[in-house]
Amino acid sequence: MNVPEYLCESYDVAVIGAGHAGCEAALACARLGCETIVFMVSADTIALMPCNPNIGGTSKGHLVRELDALGGEMGRNIDKTYIQSKMLNISKGPAVHSLRAQADKQRYTASMRKVMENQDHLTLKQAEVAELLWEERPDGTKQVTGVKIASGGIYPCKAVVLCSGVYLNARCIYGEVSQYTGPNGLPRATMLTDSLVRAGLEVLRFKTGTPARIDGRTIDYSAMTVQLGDEPVVPFSFENRAEDIAREQVPCYLTYTNENTHEIIRSNIDRSPLFSGDIKGTGPRYCPSIEDKVVRFPEKDRHQVFIEPEGEYTNEMYLSGLSSSLPEEVQIRMYRSIRGLENAKIVRNAYAIEYDCLKATQLKPSLECKFIHGFFSAGQSNGSSGYEEAAAQGLIAGINAARLVLGKEPVVIDRSQGYIGVLIDDLVTKETREPYRMMTSRSEYRLLLRQDNADLRLTEIGHEVGLISEERYRKFLEKKQSIAEELRRLNETILGASENVCEYLHSIDTAIIHTGTSLAELIRRPEMTYELLAPLDPERKPLDTDVIEQVEIEIKYEGYIERQKLQVEHFKKLERRRLPEDLDYTAIPSLRLEARQKLQQLRPANVGQASRISGVSPADISVLLVWLANVSRETSEEL
Amino acid sequence: MKLTENDTIAAIATALSPSGIGIVRISGPEAFAVAGRVFGDEVTRFESHTVHYGFVRDPETGRTVDEVLMLVMKAPRTYTREDTVEIDCHGGVLVTKRVLEAVLAAGARLAEPGEFTRRAYINGRIDLSQAEAVAGIISAKNDLALRNSVRQLRGREREEIMRIRGEILREIAQIEATLDDPEHLSFDGFDEVVTTQTEAQLRSIRKLIETAEDGRRIREGIRTVIVGRPNVGKSSLLNALLGEDRAIVTEIAGTTRDTLTEEVRMRGITLLLVDTAGIRTTDDAVERIGVERARRAVEEADLILWVVDGSEPLSEDDCDILAACAGKPVIPLLNKSDLAAVTDETALRSMISQTVGEQGSVGEPLAVSAKTEDGLTALEERITSLFFSERIAADDECVITSERHRSALVSAEESLRKVRESIATGMPEDFYTIDLTAAYETLGTILGEEPDEDVINMIFSEFCLGK
Repeated sequence: MNVPEYLCESYDVAVIGAGHAGCEAALACARLGCETIVFMVSADTIALMPCNPNIGGTSKGHLVRELDALGGEMGRNIDKTYIQSKMLNISKGPAVHSLRAQADKQRYTASMRKVMENQDHLTLKQAEVAELLWEERPDGTKQVTGVKIASGGIYPCKAVVLCSGVYLNARCIYGEVSQYTGPNGLPRATMLTDSLVRAGLEVLRFKTGTPARIDGRTIDYSAMTVQLGDEPVVPFSFENRAEDIAREQVPCYLTYTNENTHEIIRSNIDRSPLFSGDIKGTGPRYCPSIEDKVVRFPEKDRHQVFIEPEGEYTNEMYLSGLSSSLPEEVQIRMYRSIRGLENAKIVRNAYAIEYDCLKATQLKPSLECKFIHGFFSAGQSNGSSGYEEAAAQGLIAGINAARLVLGKEPVVIDRSQGYIGVLIDDLVTKETREPYRMMTSRSEYRLLLRQDNADLRLTEIGHEVGLISEERYRKFLEKKQSIAEELRRLNETILGASENVCEYLHSIDTAIIHTGTSLAELIRRPEMTYELLAPLDPERKPLDTDVIEQVEIEIKYEGYIERQKLQVEHFKKLERRRLPEDLDYTAIPSLRLEARQKLQQLRPANVGQASRISGVSPADISVLLVWLANVSRETSEEL
Repeated sequence: MKLTENDTIAAIATALSPSGIGIVRISGPEAFAVAGRVFGDEVTRFESHTVHYGFVRDPETGRTVDEVLMLVMKAPRTYTREDTVEIDCHGGVLVTKRVLEAVLAAGARLAEPGEFTRRAYINGRIDLSQAEAVAGIISAKNDLALRNSVRQLRGREREEIMRIRGEILREIAQIEATLDDPEHLSFDGFDEVVTTQTEAQLRSIRKLIETAEDGRRIREGIRTVIVGRPNVGKSSLLNALLGEDRAIVTEIAGTTRDTLTEEVRMRGITLLLVDTAGIRTTDDAVERIGVERARRAVEEADLILWVVDGSEPLSEDDCDILAACAGKPVIPLLNKSDLAAVTDETALRSMISQTVGEQGSVGEPLAVSAKTEDGLTALEERITSLFFSERIAADDECVITSERHRSALVSAEESLRKVRESIATGMPEDFYTIDLTAAYETLGTILGEEPDEDVINMIFSEFCLGK
């Protein structure tokens, strides 16, 4: 297969793939002024949602809002194309509130395609990338020089961002059937993996799956619970206001599996390639197939099934919670055992998909490869799972690829700044053995990293990077100021214990006051809200709801927020202890052998990151600290 | 990059005093070679863990420095897990120093304070809490303190804290798991479980903190103040307690006052005897100052020995002094039992109950004679049982002797109280994790499970040379 090579035009950055990671990476690079080309297997499937028809969800919603605060596109795009939106977990604390919207899949894709196609400095190209081109540098490391596509065209470039999703050597499996395609029957990419291996990269094989799509006309919704969206909705993008994006919403439905369903699964489990051993790839524990769930929770007599529309112009309905790789014939029996699905007809059956991805510990926190300069990777090619995880990495990889081209220092969001930081730090530090899904529990500083304050945490950085417009930045500063002013006012305004005041407090079922009390003190009471206090606060100026929300959270949870900030301070101490890049860990005899090997291999940027490597114990970290102290003592003595 | 932990170090491991034996310790990859240069080449061929007789010679002049016994121990079965040589030389400041100088001339580097233990630590021989215990052993003033340090070295304290910490971790894990998988897990009944467990954890931690007071007394001694009217025999009592047959350890200046504190070791415990004998009734003004000083001493006391003259009737002054001591453990001593009794135990008992009521802190009167030393054994028994009754005797107890550990426990206790408060005020479950995590991490600093540079520096800075 010797295709003659030919030289094409040069670019600053080449992005491989136009899924959720690729779109963000390409847009970020182009918007930061880099000439950028994005390659995709099909120009019709830009920002395709081949699995679930929603954006956001527990902790993933955080990622989207953070991405928006940094100047990413996903939030704006889902705001344009959502058909139902809901804030999840509102019965729990504000830290775990999470936004999730049902997308009209087709419109989501079309809308992103329009943004991409009209972006200055961005070129779209339908082609399979066959090779990563690089040259050896004098110090033994490699430097990216370009990419070669399957037709032989060579595109010289300064940086490459790999966003290959699940397309590398993909194989779709259900029952005894294997199809050598990407998701949805799209062409897969068969040449790039070899080239990556030749460049010295270690490759893993992961697996994920998707449930069936059912013809909506064959579903009996009357047997299910209706799930409606919020009114009004909370937009994903901080640029939008609820009223600007208000629209008619469509319902979702909830039904359950039953013992009968589980029996069908159990008696056919040997025909599932996941259990028969046909699938070698590692699947996500936290987004399990129904087979997994039945095996792992034998005591549960039912599991939830959410029926979600795929869009407004299709009857196809997504069966959330029923991802499977059982034979189609078993799938039909399984679905039809579920209440409301007795007559269901499958439009597309469920399948598992296996694919190649990189061992992400080969990357720095900037998402650039540790040993191939100019080579970045983002999304499922880093072993993550989910649209939002992919988009978040895509944005950071894109920003840092552009900054590399522009000769600037990379931007790294740390674990105390955002879920994006947690996501990337986990990926590049912990040796993930299964697709990595974002979860609330992965974040240590949840109360500070709320979805509602993502703009307050990250807009500054987005502006600094150059992806937040001056207009938006000005509005952000105004919001920040009004929050600060209102907080001050509420803390400084003292209410006397007059008869009127006490009468009102009594009327709203809260304790009366006996001495002068600040408005903030009253808001701090669990049963009290900012709104309820209005009659006692005549000087109050009308404020935006999102300002009020911040003020209320800051006051109500002040003690907790302060304590969490102390924890962050402690965290930053080790994070600031940088580890020399040329440090030879094998020469520190006091480190345990495993720690020595892991540290030598992963080369963490600082002591904090080192402490999160599995196989490196706290005692090893103490050794490192003692050792670093000695080295600095030595160095200062030598000076 | 230069490594500092890999060279060979040496230091004098015994106190520099005219004692019988002085030990020079050498540790590091070149320990045998260094020893060979002062003792003879055969050292490198010695079997591990053997003792050899010979002479230390100056490697430059070849002149004999001392006649010694040499212990050679090969890694890893040594304190530092490095090759180690110990030279037992004749005690005496000069000889021991000259042996060390010979060893340094032979290529070893003088160890920094705590460096042997630091090596033991970073070579994985001991953990941080054990390193602290080593520091405790070195500075132990008495048998109990020593025993406690040894116990800590074995990891008793570690086990107890690990148990509490494990429980907290499971609570955190359950909250996290439930947040992640609300479909399959729920918080039903969780508040009650956490409340019960938190209460139990608070009790366990409180117990550990309370033993910290014992710990201080074990480590530093029981602050004991002798009070009483002039001429009731306070000074004689002090002298009797300091008598030849009891070990006087040192004389150290009182930490907060100008008074002198005598350190007395008896029955494995240390008494810090605070001398208030300076109170004399020469005139009113001075007496007031004296009473004031006594009062301050009393405030800081762990124990008060209240001396009354049994050969005289009780006076108003006796009552005033006792009243000033109320609330503290008091042992009433009816002194001068060798003379004819004017005040007996019954009279004293009724005076006590009139003055301070039935307060439990004032013990039964004890008849003693500072002059004949009658009753002093009974006094010692009383003191021992008063402070270290069951708590110290029971061997499965661990006693927190480090101030760092104590303050970490206090902070963990504070965090767990906040958890209890969060539950009481109806906060959502995910809020508990903030304070649970804080408690978990603080307890971890005691075990060295939470790396903290400040802690590490603090521990190793407490060492003296040669350990």
